[in-house]
Amino acid sequence: MRKALRRPVFLIGLAITLALFAVALVAIVWTPFPPTKMNIVQKLKAPLDFGLLGTDQFGRDVASMLMVGAWNSLSTSILAVLLGASIGTATGVIVAMRRGWLELVVMRGCDIVFAVPPILSAMMLGAFIGSGRFTAIIAIGVFMVPVFARLSLGAALQIWTRDYVTAAVSMGRPKAKITLVHVLPNISNQIIVQVTIQLGLAILTEAGLSFLGLGMPPPTPTWGRMLADAQTFLGQAPWLALMPGLAIALAVLGLNMLGDGLRDLLDPRDNS
Amino acid sequence: MMGRTTFLGSATFLKSAAFGLVMSTGLLLGQTGAEAAAKTAITVGMAIEPAGLDPTIAAPVAIGQVTWQNIFEGLTTIDKDGKVKPQLAESWQISPDGLTYTFKLRQGVKYHNGVAFDSSVAKYSIDRARGADSVNPQKRYFASIDTVETPDASTLVLKLKQPAGSLLYWLGWPSSTIVEPKSAADNKTTPVGTGPFKFVSWSKGSKVDLARNADYWNKSISLKLDTAAFRFISDPQAQAAALKAGDVDAFPEFGAPELIKSFEGDKRLTTVIGNTELKVVAGMNNTRKPFSDKKVRQALMMAVDRATVVEGAWSGFGTPIGSHYTPNDRGYKDLTGVYPYDAAKAKALLAEAGFPNGFTFTIKAPQMAYAQRTSQVLQAMFAEIGVTMNIETTEFPAKWVADVLKAADYDMTIVAHAEPMDIDIYSRDPYYFNYKNPAFNDVLKKVEMTSDAAGQEKLYGEAQTILSNDVPALFLFVMPKLGVWDGKVKGLWENEPIPSNVLTDVHWEE
Repeated sequence: MRKALRRPVFLIGLAITLALFAVALVAIVWTPFPPTKMNIVQKLKAPLDFGLLGTDQFGRDVASMLMVGAWNSLSTSILAVLLGASIGTATGVIVAMRRGWLELVVMRGCDIVFAVPPILSAMMLGAFIGSGRFTAIIAIGVFMVPVFARLSLGAALQIWTRDYVTAAVSMGRPKAKITLVHVLPNISNQIIVQVTIQLGLAILTEAGLSFLGLGMPPPTPTWGRMLADAQTFLGQAPWLALMPGLAIALAVLGLNMLGDGLRDLLDPRDNS
Repeated sequence: MMGRTTFLGSATFLKSAAFGLVMSTGLLLGQTGAEAAAKTAITVGMAIEPAGLDPTIAAPVAIGQVTWQNIFEGLTTIDKDGKVKPQLAESWQISPDGLTYTFKLRQGVKYHNGVAFDSSVAKYSIDRARGADSVNPQKRYFASIDTVETPDASTLVLKLKQPAGSLLYWLGWPSSTIVEPKSAADNKTTPVGTGPFKFVSWSKGSKVDLARNADYWNKSISLKLDTAAFRFISDPQAQAAALKAGDVDAFPEFGAPELIKSFEGDKRLTTVIGNTELKVVAGMNNTRKPFSDKKVRQALMMAVDRATVVEGAWSGFGTPIGSHYTPNDRGYKDLTGVYPYDAAKAKALLAEAGFPNGFTFTIKAPQMAYAQRTSQVLQAMFAEIGVTMNIETTEFPAKWVADVLKAADYDMTIVAHAEPMDIDIYSRDPYYFNYKNPAFNDVLKKVEMTSDAAGQEKLYGEAQTILSNDVPALFLFVMPKLGVWDGKVKGLWENEPIPSNVLTDVHWEE
């Protein structure tokens, strides 16, 4: 704990992330204005002229839209990363246990998934099942699988060479049990750090998908679509682009700092 | 056929390279030439690059906007007020029964490749457009023609199966322009016509270059331009930047109404707001429940405040319409008052139709800004009367044409219909509205049987009234023509009775 307090990167990251989660959770029950309510008479009002952050081209309150956008963005990203992390880690540790041809097949499979950008897979998915939250979660989640598969395979292989694991094997413990009791707990730190960092990436990708119209359909506010809609209003209402842009940047920055901080904090080699 | 598509990519690199070149030569030669005489070149911006340049084989309006009246000409033409005027046909006579059209053709007209225009060329061109394997986008306009005869080189006789009161108007369309046999097959890439400008080159993804036709037949027109270029820029921000930088002299159809204000401070540029034929209508599937019930359609119409739609979707530029007809069109009736905005009445009517708690449906909206924004405004308005509308973005043109236009697999959609005087689409069977009203079809049939203009206009009025009562589609607004150009450029059309960029009268003021 004292170690944590001495790390500003970790603290700032934690503060931003907590604030983000707080805003997202508040948005479920309360926003200053209904985020989808149009009031065209009040359109394109500057920040503080109407509400806290002004209004968009339909007279909707930007602050309320950002709040709901935070919830949509976070919930989609968390689900996507959880999906990727669980499938990826399971794959990684199973491959580490079995090795052989399975390792070859799975790792080449990961290479293939890596080669397809999530935007592209989302477009293909969208063509089949229509765009929306589900499509975004699957597309981002699938992209996360190889990241976690590789990470957990590498980490698990190290654990398998440890003396206590060798001892467990020689005592005739089943491999599955060793994986559960020894391998998974020992690689969990690295997985947690990776989850935090991937969460930032997922938020960025989700924003990209909504920007291209592949995210949640209107009227649900999303940061990406707010940014896309703001493009032609850049001259007369720059805040429309600035606010969601800042929100995305802050969220990603916060999560990355938290991830970096966590990595330092959880590094067993660091004894200072 | 309709609507506006955006494609990514503009030749920014080429543009800046060319700009650099112009700048450096300008520095070397000094600036004496440019100041002394009026300019004789113009660069006109367009949002969409056509896929080919032959308006007689493909529908996109962008083709005509490059070639019509500049490269290709027709027997008749349509002027800037939407009136039919003679062109390659000097004059004509219509038999009293309306079944025989005798055209006296202009002589001494030559194509850009030297081929002479005569009745055999005109016959070839019309037969090509109406033939069995014709891919002419308006093939049905030639359906009434029975035979084409050529008694001599300067006379063309069209014998009709039934009277076609709009035939002369249709012959003025880009899709009816007269092409000659030798070059017809290559017009898609190297168009050859009789017009005041010759095709020079087409740098795909960037621009089409035209040059003055020194042998132009119409000596009463003195062409002031030596060269003209159409440059394609899809992104509205880039369009604005190109105008401000002077890379483009005119953007007759500027893409983003919200950016129009940004030109206000610029003394060099003028903004000209005119009319188009682009009718934004939200078509409904008239055979699918609950839209098969007229009351439901009327209730939805009353839920829509058209003025607010125009304000929210198109920054207040645009004219509300009550039927599939624009104030440009002859015989226009203002029918916006038939089902005016009244949310309470709309709700009551919906309850009467059996939906006191509203219903849920999906709109297939193309990706263009006008369609997306209008859909979002409609969504909010329908929510007021308890109707939930989901928006499904449907890529235009490919997916939209397949799902909506061809398969009619949709609840509601939204698109801007670009063709002038196309109220007859509601009588077509099949057509994506699935609207079937024999009374309406009768009125349109009568229009073709009537040859006098006043009688036709009266009938068009009846047709509009039927549509405004039946509401086969939510009639929303006509898009404005947002023209932005250098104040010294004169002669561009303010309004757009037919999608075009006619350069015949364009010149630079000295």
